[in-house]
Amino acid sequence: MAQQVSAKEPTAQQIKDQKIYSQFGVSDSEYELICSFMGRLPNYTEIGVFSVMWSEHCAYKNSKPLLRRFPVSGPRVLMGPGEGAGIVDIGDNQAVVFKIESHNHPSAVEPYQGAATGVGGIIRDIFSMGARPVAVLNSLRFGKLESDRVKYLFEHVVSGIAGYGNCIGIPTVGGEVMFDESYDGNPLVNAMCVGLIDHDKIQRGVAKGVGNPVFYVGPPTGRDGIHGATFASVELSEESEAKKTAVQVGDPFMEKLVMEACLELIDTGIVLGIQDMGAAGLTCSSSEMASKAGNGLELYLDQVPQREEGMTPYEMMLSESQERMLFVVEPKDEAQAQEIFDRWGVICCKVGKVTDDGQLKLFHHGEIVGDMPVTALVDECPVYDKPSSVPAYYEENAAVDTLRYEEVTDLGGALKKVLASPTVASKAWIYNQYDYMVRTSTAVRPGSDAAVVTINGTRKGLAMTTDCNGRYVYLDPEVGGKIAVGEAARNIVCSGAQPLAITDNLNFGSPEKPDIFWQMERAVDGMAEACRVLDTPVIGGNVSLYNENATGAIYPTPVVGMVGLVEDTDHITTQAFKNEGDAILLLGETRAELGGSEFQYAVHGVTEGRPPQLDLAVERKLLDAVLGAIRSGLVRSAHDLSEGGIAAALAESCISGRIGANVELASSGLRRDVALFSESQSRILLTASSGKAEELRAYIAAAGVPVQIIGTVGGERLRLNLDGSSALDEPVAELTTIWEDAIPCLMK
Amino acid sequence: MKFAVLVFPGSNCDIDCYKAVEETLGEPVDFVWHTATDLSAYDCILVPGGFSYGDYLRCGAISRFAPVMNEVAKAAEQGKFVLGICNGFQILTEAGLLPGALRRNESMKFRCHDTTLKVVNYKTPFTKDYTAGEEIIIPIAHGEGNYYCDEETLAALKANNQIVFTYSDNPNGSVADIAGICNERGNVVGMMPHPERAVNSLLGSEDGKRMFSSILKTWRDTHGTASVR
Repeated sequence: MAQQVSAKEPTAQQIKDQKIYSQFGVSDSEYELICSFMGRLPNYTEIGVFSVMWSEHCAYKNSKPLLRRFPVSGPRVLMGPGEGAGIVDIGDNQAVVFKIESHNHPSAVEPYQGAATGVGGIIRDIFSMGARPVAVLNSLRFGKLESDRVKYLFEHVVSGIAGYGNCIGIPTVGGEVMFDESYDGNPLVNAMCVGLIDHDKIQRGVAKGVGNPVFYVGPPTGRDGIHGATFASVELSEESEAKKTAVQVGDPFMEKLVMEACLELIDTGIVLGIQDMGAAGLTCSSSEMASKAGNGLELYLDQVPQREEGMTPYEMMLSESQERMLFVVEPKDEAQAQEIFDRWGVICCKVGKVTDDGQLKLFHHGEIVGDMPVTALVDECPVYDKPSSVPAYYEENAAVDTLRYEEVTDLGGALKKVLASPTVASKAWIYNQYDYMVRTSTAVRPGSDAAVVTINGTRKGLAMTTDCNGRYVYLDPEVGGKIAVGEAARNIVCSGAQPLAITDNLNFGSPEKPDIFWQMERAVDGMAEACRVLDTPVIGGNVSLYNENATGAIYPTPVVGMVGLVEDTDHITTQAFKNEGDAILLLGETRAELGGSEFQYAVHGVTEGRPPQLDLAVERKLLDAVLGAIRSGLVRSAHDLSEGGIAAALAESCISGRIGANVELASSGLRRDVALFSESQSRILLTASSGKAEELRAYIAAAGVPVQIIGTVGGERLRLNLDGSSALDEPVAELTTIWEDAIPCLMK
Repeated sequence: MKFAVLVFPGSNCDIDCYKAVEETLGEPVDFVWHTATDLSAYDCILVPGGFSYGDYLRCGAISRFAPVMNEVAKAAEQGKFVLGICNGFQILTEAGLLPGALRRNESMKFRCHDTTLKVVNYKTPFTKDYTAGEEIIIPIAHGEGNYYCDEETLAALKANNQIVFTYSDNPNGSVADIAGICNERGNVVGMMPHPERAVNSLLGSEDGKRMFSSILKTWRDTHGTASVR
């Protein structure tokens, strides 16, 4: 055992004496545990390897007990959490593979590369399962779109996502974005990828077969991204700027080559195990593959392609250089694999061997420079049950009367304010930078409730969306968690699809703080319950903690990525009003619920009170009724009511349909501004041809869902009367201009 | 009639071009790798969009050195049909098969959306099924689609009727609103918009179909229909 591989590196004794491990986020007790697993003091390389494997990012040491609360199985689930991505059966021997992942910390420091490599990483997760990626989505959060810094982050995150997705040729079909002070200095960049696979092509990341060679694929390893996983597991600070070397640099062209070559390799059927090198690079992929097979693994680091001279084992093991994969084949298949990568011009070389001793052994310059038990690395990281306590703000909000502000009488003016709020305004400035059409399968483009991608050679399609309202979750994490799942399902159903499953990205502040851990617990409970009632199990996801800045934690933001199945492309439905004379139906009930609403934020500048409540049984009934009606051919458009309430929903359907509407509503005792802008859940707007309106109303009513015909599509104005007197009367063209220009104007 | 869709390592609209030929025409079509040295079996060569070799340099700057590009030049010389779309257009200008160059969009941003095109030259082998001045909806998706040529070249393009499509609402700053041009002979066309993305109303537009039907019709007119199914 070489105790020292480089003159610059501290010795094992120095690491212990000077507590150097604490710089890597390893606690004293964890260090002692590592020593006992090793039976000796770990050297510099080994403590580095342990520290990334035992980081929150890789080990979920603070979130594991919570993640166990999610329902993870169902009749359609072929693979749940644990592999690169979850897999759900969609019939005809096909399955959909999807996952969401965060790249928040890198994007806060280096927005273009941070976002770009976030996209690259999630795409690798999908094709490493053997699936062909067919779409990417994202979920973004930024501070208020006013300061130069926020605009800079926003601009470069969007172009980073565009730069990567456009080049690799996978359409970016949807996403969501919210702007709020809470995300100042700590933007959220979550990327989701969706792929298609035949059942018999499903791969796993296992190092099978003692003696089999382990191959490295992709560009040479450099010094970029060293300790990225650790970096993602601490709070951002002013020193974070200095950690730019922990941010990786992406090369989408290389990823395209690696992807095509890997998919071709998988197609041959010779692959025994394959995994991408994501967080913690070579360390994580090699130890996880060995662990899943119950084997050991030897790595010959001199064989690892290196971009820079004099790289140490520590640097090679911890580098997060992008676009790299690890795979195992039998010796007889080596030449066949090699030929494929040669043809694509991608480096592929043997760097290791599967062993039976359960150790991860690292060799460099003829010496053993690391020797660690695989199970200790992968499975033995301590799991912490953090203390939680109810935050004071939550108690205080119970007493807040959301009607304490004087009634707003200029309802048209309020609607314009809501439409001009960047959270509600048109996102064309963003998605027009994404190639959302490449692969010619995008049937519903960005901008509707969910995107829909058709499945080649079938009449089926996949609907997909990302959702989370962090304000609701902040005000009541359990309710907000439920709503995130409920709204995602509503978006999927409004597009004509049956919700299948979700992937989640839990973005929270520091779990060390009891207030924050309470938010995590409650949000997970809410999401888990919603997933059970709506039959959408969690098939995988990601946890991003320590999202804090100088002023505290971000709003708790557990983003839900949901995929649904469109049984027949005839069922595809969009939010745009279609024909003059179509009847407009409102489903669901409106209550006085302004807490956490866009109206409250845009008009009164506050986020307070309790958020809207969600009755999951009611939600389920609504979703089943609407999907049934769509499949029966009764529905021309469908749009869920979310931020901005019925006023914003009507405006959005008018704007996207380029047509007006005439609506008569009863206020049912609600204040007029509340009736228009309340964000009560489980509400959907449908339209039907005038001839089918009554049939649709009866169909929905028979399902036990409150429904009323509230008006007709037509003209060039959005006219809305409340109890017979005019509340809104605005030209659609003017609303369109306000809605379309809001973000471009702010970005000029 | 036989079609080739060229595949550079970073092509990403190759599959879409293949599908468009297969679905709109039902004619035989092959993917042809960038290292190929023989295109003699093909009547029409499609140079698809994408990022041929990553395009970290000027778009198409490396592709023109690909072995297959000599064969594309030969095919053009023989009067075969060559259609370059998006990155394919950039490659054809870099290879000198079409005049001018494509620069960064004026907005400096990638742009992806539907555009309305005016069919200026409806007599090329690629546009016969359109009518003069007809407006069609074809999407764009590019960061470097800002067509540039000097005044002399522009005058020549106009004089020879080489401007095939113009934008109704110029999205990228192109000279004279140019969206697509042809060579003097009319058998090589390059365009930034993607007709292969406009062949199915479910996905937004069918207006690109007639480009493909025009090519087949022209080929049949010159080769007779006897051999065609």
